[in-house]
Amino acid sequence: MSPHRPAGARTRRAGAAPYLFLAPAMVLFALFTALPIGYTAYLSLRRTKVSGLGLGKGARKEVFVGLANYATALGDGELWAGWLRVLGYGALVLVVMLGLALLFALLLDTLHVRFARFSRAAIFLPYAVPGVAASLLWGFLYLPGVSPVNDALSALGARVDLLGAGTVTFSMANVAVWGGVGFNMLVLYTTLRAVPREYYEAARIDGASETQIALRIKVPIVTPAIILTTVFSIIATVQVFTEPMTLRPLTNTISTTWSPLMKVYRDAFVTGDLYSAAATAVVIAAISVVLSFGFLRVVRDRAFGEGR
Amino acid sequence: MGTRRLSAVAAVALAAALAAGCSGGTAGETASPAASAGAPARPVKLTYWTWVPNMDKIVQSWNAAHPDIQVTVSKQAGGDDAAAKFLTAAKAGNPPDLVQAEYQMLPSFVAADAVADIKAEAGPAKAEFGEGVWSLVTLGTDAVYAIPQDSGPMMFYYRRDLFDKYGLKVPTTWDEYAATARALHEKNPKVLLGAFSSKDPGSFAGLAQQAGARWWSIDGEAWKVAIADEPTLRVAGYWGGLVKEGVIGDKPYFTPEWNKALNDGTQLSWISAVWAPGVLASNAPDGKGKWAVAPLPQWNASEPHTGFWGGSSTAVAATSPSRQAAVRFATWLNTDPQAVALLAGQGAVYPASVKGQAALSKDPDYFADRPGFWKTAAEIGATARGFTFGPNVNVTYNAFKDAFGKAIQDRSDFAAAVRAMQDATVADMRKSGFQIVP
Repeated sequence: MSPHRPAGARTRRAGAAPYLFLAPAMVLFALFTALPIGYTAYLSLRRTKVSGLGLGKGARKEVFVGLANYATALGDGELWAGWLRVLGYGALVLVVMLGLALLFALLLDTLHVRFARFSRAAIFLPYAVPGVAASLLWGFLYLPGVSPVNDALSALGARVDLLGAGTVTFSMANVAVWGGVGFNMLVLYTTLRAVPREYYEAARIDGASETQIALRIKVPIVTPAIILTTVFSIIATVQVFTEPMTLRPLTNTISTTWSPLMKVYRDAFVTGDLYSAAATAVVIAAISVVLSFGFLRVVRDRAFGEGR
Repeated sequence: MGTRRLSAVAAVALAAALAAGCSGGTAGETASPAASAGAPARPVKLTYWTWVPNMDKIVQSWNAAHPDIQVTVSKQAGGDDAAAKFLTAAKAGNPPDLVQAEYQMLPSFVAADAVADIKAEAGPAKAEFGEGVWSLVTLGTDAVYAIPQDSGPMMFYYRRDLFDKYGLKVPTTWDEYAATARALHEKNPKVLLGAFSSKDPGSFAGLAQQAGARWWSIDGEAWKVAIADEPTLRVAGYWGGLVKEGVIGDKPYFTPEWNKALNDGTQLSWISAVWAPGVLASNAPDGKGKWAVAPLPQWNASEPHTGFWGGSSTAVAATSPSRQAAVRFATWLNTDPQAVALLAGQGAVYPASVKGQAALSKDPDYFADRPGFWKTAAEIGATARGFTFGPNVNVTYNAFKDAFGKAIQDRSDFAAAVRAMQDATVADMRKSGFQIVP
């Protein structure tokens, strides 16, 4: 080590202060992020072993099982079926939510200020509603027996069960879109407001229409922000839990393992198998890392200019 | 402005999370203020997790009379979540001293070594309870794992006025029930006699018990799992047929939609248990005075039976340092005439204690116009039969929800759903290493 660092002594003296400042963050990180992750990984390699009837003292002990829990998790068709459902749901949410967010941001950027302020607040408001409350609210609107939406639809002659097998994914995506558009719009809108107005002036002098300005100037400028919101949304989608969990008691169409995270919850807290839950959680984390970084890799050059 | 609001939201969320994290209670730290005055230097302090309404008031009368044993009630949400919370707390090493344990969850608690064998202290209480309910707390072994609190014999509730309106008779056999459902559907397709819920495994277990099912039993040092036995398959096939025909409902119980159906008379009857008046009073307030109660329809009219839906016991945590005091309290709560009267009156539970049941006199408000509710309940309860629950009921019940949800959705065979329950249960037990009789 030392041959590479001729000025080692001085670096160390200067190094004490930064570490001191970093310490609180590092301690918190270690305690509340690194430690639980480590414990999860540890649990995922273990399992309870019961002997005989499993009743009474000492009938149950924890043993090391290596990667057996991972083998079970990866071999479970229900987990992959869950991924497929989430993939369909996620594609829907991502496209519609980010599409609407971009559209609203562009519109607001061209609107008169007072109207823009009101619309911005109105579109953002649902984001402040907690997910469980939003899901319950929408759930009541979906339930055929009590739903005004349904009454309106059947008055028009359409009989749709909004929680039916074919529609439930759309209904759930709708909740997520309703709650998420505002936040993403705000991120994009803020980026747009930071763009110097001279660009647009120049474009207008060159004879560009508003649509052309939007598509050829604004969209390319906010691309990094779009990518950021996409990554956030991918992560949120992979972890979808609140909406299906809250809507589940209302319908036969959502199983207890509808999304991968619901399976983790079921294993850990319903069927009491923390070890399988830990293994599945690690698998989910790995997949979301791959998805997020994979997406970033694909779009990196485009998003962040010349790359390296 | 938007950003500021955003950070405000974040701050509130963070504060809430911190508060929730901090209050994740250490058992036994809260002292009742009444304890210090006039009591011996160090009263035993017990914590008690329960979701019986007004339990804090019931416990007050114990605390007043027993300065040496002070009980603090911690109100729980109830249901599966409460069981998961207790198991997690026990695993983490800080469970409460006493916990409300539903009969079907007790074996899971025992298997997790989370509750104590209180045979030595609780043995004398046996005489206070019927044979059937006592076997639910011994699991058919020599040990005693809890003291029974309430029981839930199943009964048939129906809208008297609407039965008259449509000219229906109260069905006494399941064949009659099916015929009634069809007849009603023909008269008015917009109303239904009843429903089958995929979210209530406890109800299905009770119906299977009525038919004579024995999902688990203990054979020496091994478990016998027979969820897909003949009675259960018969019950499943029966309901599957009615759902497929479309003459009964297939939506889950306890949703706003279901409440509305009970309240406005779209659903004419409900197969429920002795605790139904409480549910009806809050979920179907408009029906007050219009409902009546009868025994469940029977498979064999000459041999009437019913099953249990719900019911719970009071168990003592395996690690509780004050086991004797805890058992003393649990015995008082569930057998002392004054305590049981409070349980029934304030807590709205149907006591498991035989004397407690006999002492019930004031009819539930909802049935005030039809005197004799408790007499009917006692007669029906006398025909109830249950079965021993296994060590992983949570797995079985979860499999019920998924398999029956799917079967209803696909209009497929209910028998296959029962087999899925059996397979999931056995697979889970094998994975854990339980001995199973093939």
